[in-house]
Amino acid sequence: MSTAAASEPTSSDASATQPDRSGRATTTSATETPVLEATGLVKMFGRVVGLRGVDVRLFPGEVLAVIGDNGAGKSTLIKCLSGAMIPDEGTLKVDGQDVRFRATQDARVAGIETVYQTLAVAPALDIASNLYLAREIRRPGFAGSVLRMLDTKAMRKHASEHIADLGITTLQNIDQAVETLSGGQRQIVAVARTGAFGSKVVILDEPTAALGVRETAQVLRLVRDLRDRGLGVILISHNMPNVFETADRIHIQRLGGSAGVISPKTHTMQDAVAIMTGAATVDEQDQTLR
Amino acid sequence: MSPTATESPSSADQLASRKHTPIERVQHILHRNPALSPLLVLVLAVIVFGIVADNFLRPEALSLMVQQMAVVGALAVGQTLIILTAGVDLSIGMAMVLASLVMAKLNADQGVPGFIALLIGIVVAILTGLLNGILVTRINLPPFIVTLGTFSIFTAISLLYAQGQTVTLDPDAFLLVTGKTISIGSVSVTWGVLLMLLLYLVVGFALSYTAWGRHLYATGDDAEASDLAGIDTKRVRLSAYVVAGIAVGIAAWIVCGRVGGADPNAGLNYNLLSITAVVIGGTSLFGGRGLVVGTLIGALIVQVFQSGLALAGVDPNYQVLATGILVILAVSVDQWIRRVKA
Repeated sequence: MSTAAASEPTSSDASATQPDRSGRATTTSATETPVLEATGLVKMFGRVVGLRGVDVRLFPGEVLAVIGDNGAGKSTLIKCLSGAMIPDEGTLKVDGQDVRFRATQDARVAGIETVYQTLAVAPALDIASNLYLAREIRRPGFAGSVLRMLDTKAMRKHASEHIADLGITTLQNIDQAVETLSGGQRQIVAVARTGAFGSKVVILDEPTAALGVRETAQVLRLVRDLRDRGLGVILISHNMPNVFETADRIHIQRLGGSAGVISPKTHTMQDAVAIMTGAATVDEQDQTLR
Repeated sequence: MSPTATESPSSADQLASRKHTPIERVQHILHRNPALSPLLVLVLAVIVFGIVADNFLRPEALSLMVQQMAVVGALAVGQTLIILTAGVDLSIGMAMVLASLVMAKLNADQGVPGFIALLIGIVVAILTGLLNGILVTRINLPPFIVTLGTFSIFTAISLLYAQGQTVTLDPDAFLLVTGKTISIGSVSVTWGVLLMLLLYLVVGFALSYTAWGRHLYATGDDAEASDLAGIDTKRVRLSAYVVAGIAVGIAAWIVCGRVGGADPNAGLNYNLLSITAVVIGGTSLFGGRGLVVGTLIGALIVQVFQSGLALAGVDPNYQVLATGILVILAVSVDQWIRRVKA
């Protein structure tokens, strides 16, 4: 594992979403610091290696896909980043500041939101309630602070504004119970929630696993929208076309370690699968993408 | 999405855009208003019994019915909270008996002033809820098993404490205030009934308008999703048992007023009647769905069937039969409503 500091992304497309770190003097400081940086993450399960020193850097305004075969350590990596698991070794930085997550709530406070594959929403509650679950807007004054009274009107208003803001047209009625929505619409509610609270990083664990083609496209569009708003997005997926369509960079996990980071611009899906399965390795030149 | 497709919609599009059938519309309305089907049952039952039994609609009879359901009504508030978290409390009736014995015995035997005895009794009731809650949330035991165990424990403690004797209070005792009536014309209401209604108002408000209520629904609906969203689901569930304990304490005060003291053998029926009221009231046994208003209606339905059949001169065993049929019907309707589609 090379140290993260030694490598610089040589972004060939030099787009606004791809931080160009070669021109350090000229680029704005906002794109300089990774919004989330993990260095040397190690996680052991007894004598089984979960992660063997993995480095991840995520910049604002990019989608970083994480791919890998089953057992490659994708889930373990994500859990360490989202506070669901505590790594045995390694450091985490958010906006350049050292952080330690003891629970998912710590990560959330630091601006890292995670959407889980199946357990995203409370089905009997309506869309607005789900968007604001555990972060309800309270009424001002005594009613809100002591009685914990909800400001339902404000939540509905902000929820529909937020939904409209994200360009989501498939959710018509904000008072609709989530269980009456399709799987894709539910996932959209879950993803929309992550963008609603000034978060910096959104981690999506297989967000399209159970969805149809059209619903998948809707969710992926929303993912790109979040990126275009300047959020860093980590997308875990088994679906190669989705990954290549959406990601700016692709982090490949293999056998608990990082097999390298590639760009969909320079690599094909066959390359990615070859690296994932160990049939090929990432060349030196591309390795600098990390 | 070709132009021709819009001109001649496929059969799938036609199916997708078709109007809901009347039955589906009913399903949707019931899904949105869980207290509606019990309300319909209640209105129907009142009309039918009004026709069948001459005395049924007289104000005296109706007043008596409401007085008779006050204890079950208050207990069912607590039961609703626990069932909303996808739990169940089989010990709730015996917890109430224990609390009422503490109140009555402290007052009658130890000479503790009525108000103090009441407070101590309510604390005992809260402790029973706390015990159930801790066993369920901290030791992770299923609520069914926990409360089955505490049911026996509370029964035994009650019988040992009372030595199998009923406690009779002085008719003017403070603890019996809940049995005193206020009459407006031929309608008479006891303080206990008013107390029960107040309990419904407070808990109903908390469930619908506070963050605590929202978290309780979310926890019962999907505990794992709520956990991941950042709700402390263990604390929320524990709080449901503790608040249920307060309802048990108030029910204990009401039962003192009704029986003029405390009876260690009174609790058996209340356990199941409180669950019956909640279920008939449209609250889902799977958690996360239901209203306390529904429970109030459910408790009224049970009482209306019992009193109505009695006034119609039907064998009392049919009252039990009718309650059983109602429970099964209510759960069937709940299952059907839960399968609602967009």
